[in-house]
Amino acid sequence: MKPGKMTSMQRVLTTLSHGEPDRVPLFLAATLHGARELGLTLGDYFSDSRNVAEGQLRLRAKYDHDFLCAAFYGALDAEAWGAEVIYRDDGPPNSGAPLLRKPEDIRGLTAPRVSETPCLLKVLKTIELLKSRVETEVPIVGVVISPFSLPVMQLGFDAYIELIYERPQLFWRLMQLNKAFATEWANAQLAAGATAICYFDPVSSPTIVPRDTFLKTGFEVAKEVIGAIEGPTATHLASGRSLAILDDLVLTGTSMVGVSCEENLAELKTAASQKLTILGNLNGIEMRRWTPHEAEMQVKRAIAQAGGGGGFVLGDNHGEIPWQVEDEVLFAIREAVHRWGEYPLNWVKDEQ
Amino acid sequence: MAPEQRIKSFEEALLSLDRVAARAALNLASDEEDSLKFLEGIVVPALESIGKGWEEGRTSLAQVYMAGRITEELMDELLPFRGVPTDRAQVAIAVLEDYHLLGKRLVCSVLRSAGFHLADYGRMNVDDLVERVKADNIRILLISALMLPSALRVKGVRKGLARAGADVKIVVGGAPFRFDDQLWTEVGADATSSTASGAIHVVQGMRRELI
Ligand code: B12
Repeated sequence: MKPGKMTSMQRVLTTLSHGEPDRVPLFLAATLHGARELGLTLGDYFSDSRNVAEGQLRLRAKYDHDFLCAAFYGALDAEAWGAEVIYRDDGPPNSGAPLLRKPEDIRGLTAPRVSETPCLLKVLKTIELLKSRVETEVPIVGVVISPFSLPVMQLGFDAYIELIYERPQLFWRLMQLNKAFATEWANAQLAAGATAICYFDPVSSPTIVPRDTFLKTGFEVAKEVIGAIEGPTATHLASGRSLAILDDLVLTGTSMVGVSCEENLAELKTAASQKLTILGNLNGIEMRRWTPHEAEMQVKRAIAQAGGGGGFVLGDNHGEIPWQVEDEVLFAIREAVHRWGEYPLNWVKDEQ
Repeated sequence: MAPEQRIKSFEEALLSLDRVAARAALNLASDEEDSLKFLEGIVVPALESIGKGWEEGRTSLAQVYMAGRITEELMDELLPFRGVPTDRAQVAIAVLEDYHLLGKRLVCSVLRSAGFHLADYGRMNVDDLVERVKADNIRILLISALMLPSALRVKGVRKGLARAGADVKIVVGGAPFRFDDQLWTEVGADATSSTASGAIHVVQGMRRELI
């Protein structure tokens, strides 16, 4: 196909099947910047599905990236279970005090139903609005927090680590509830028009649990849930490391993995050996103080390391661009993908 | 057992979450001259090595956390009256405008295991933190932040303390400081460490300077 002729959907599908599209697809997860675009506070922005849909469409027009992200914020999945969500003006809202005060509370817990949970319905409405506007031209990404990562917000991180190691029965009871919820929630997003689901699972990263723990826990959970999700999935480790578990992630049935700036992209690409598409790995936190030139150099580096042969999507390494990142940097990223990301990547060989 | 061997077996026991083996590795003889110094000589290098392993991607956060917790429990059991402050270099720790308390807990745990006494302020906003630090005459303030906007608020703490005329050393840590190695200087901190156990070294150095 001639360069520049592909739709975002064609570009993404080509790279996912490990072929080279017209250029490297770009995933700018600017989940918050839509509020700035509409001149709204983050609280107002997320209060109405239409704002988020409009914000995301405007951002895509502006940054020319290849995905629409329907996700609001991570704490939403805990909000569905009744957790408090606390807003601030300069960053994503966070979940407040854990919903479960002690592990024993798991015994009396029941999972929310999607159709009865207003915050989830709001996201579904956003997906429908986006779908009605872009149809099959642009992939729409929905997000679920994995059953294995959600308990950090349900129970608190320290209590959850203890639960994994010391209370296996309660741990598996919680997994049972969370698996049912995550599956229903992911499938509802697909039914509303999402193209794929991003399975957010940083607790499975070797940054958080050792691989042997992962194999007995998060891995089993992911296999089951990803198997039950009726569409393609991407696993995101939210800037946690992934190299040591890449082969395991393949076995969960996921097609793509979001990787960390703490690991070498070329090494990850080789290890993925055409079984997984790599998404990454720009450092969103450092991005805040990049100059446009540094942004370009980072894009160039990433493409040189992982662009060859497709199977690569350029994005930040966490799945959310911080509110503090300015437009000039995001524009520089957009320009750099066009400048350095067009296939074939002959310049990579020339520069070596 | 030679000290290096003891440190190694203590570390291995912690990494496999084996309390019994960890206790055995410490194996405090009742006639030990200075038991606190003796235990710290094992515990501190072991925790530092586990922290370093995490920084380099060899160990996981769950191991760091469980190692800290087991060590703290063992130290409480073996030396219940340790950690009484003997100098005026008061140390405090807080989480700034963030709802994520694990980083603070990890730092508290290693510092206490290393024999430090520190005040735990929990979650604080900028103004309350400045006021409290001044009122308590704190000289070393540790701040943990997980969210970038919270990390950026350290600037406000630095300014507030300067305005209040308080001479306080600020040590920051948490994910945003790990992902941007210039952020700690930008917000006006005096030091940082990308691991909880790194706080031991930093605080030791600062105390020497202050006393
Ligand atoms: C697991 C994880 C999740 C899980 C659980 C999060 C949680 N704790 O609630 C889930 C999936 C729920 C999640 C969600 C979100 N996450 Co998250 N997540 C992570 C991850 C992988 C680990 C976070 C963690 O808790 N680590 C444990 C703590 C203790 O580690 P740490 O802060 O690094 O601390 C170590 C050292 O720094 C040191 N230390 C800590 N404090 C101190 C203090 C001193 C004085 C010293 C010396 C040392 C020290 O000790 C620790 C161990 O050695 C990180 C990325 C990463 N690779 O670290 C992102 C990360 C924390 N997430 C981030 C964000 C933004 C979010 C969300 C807000 C996203 C969104 N839009 O909704 C939500 C918020 C969820 C909520 N609670 O409301 C960002 C935060 C920075 C930023 N961009 O603002 C990070 C850093 C990702 C990134 N690279 O940008 N996340």
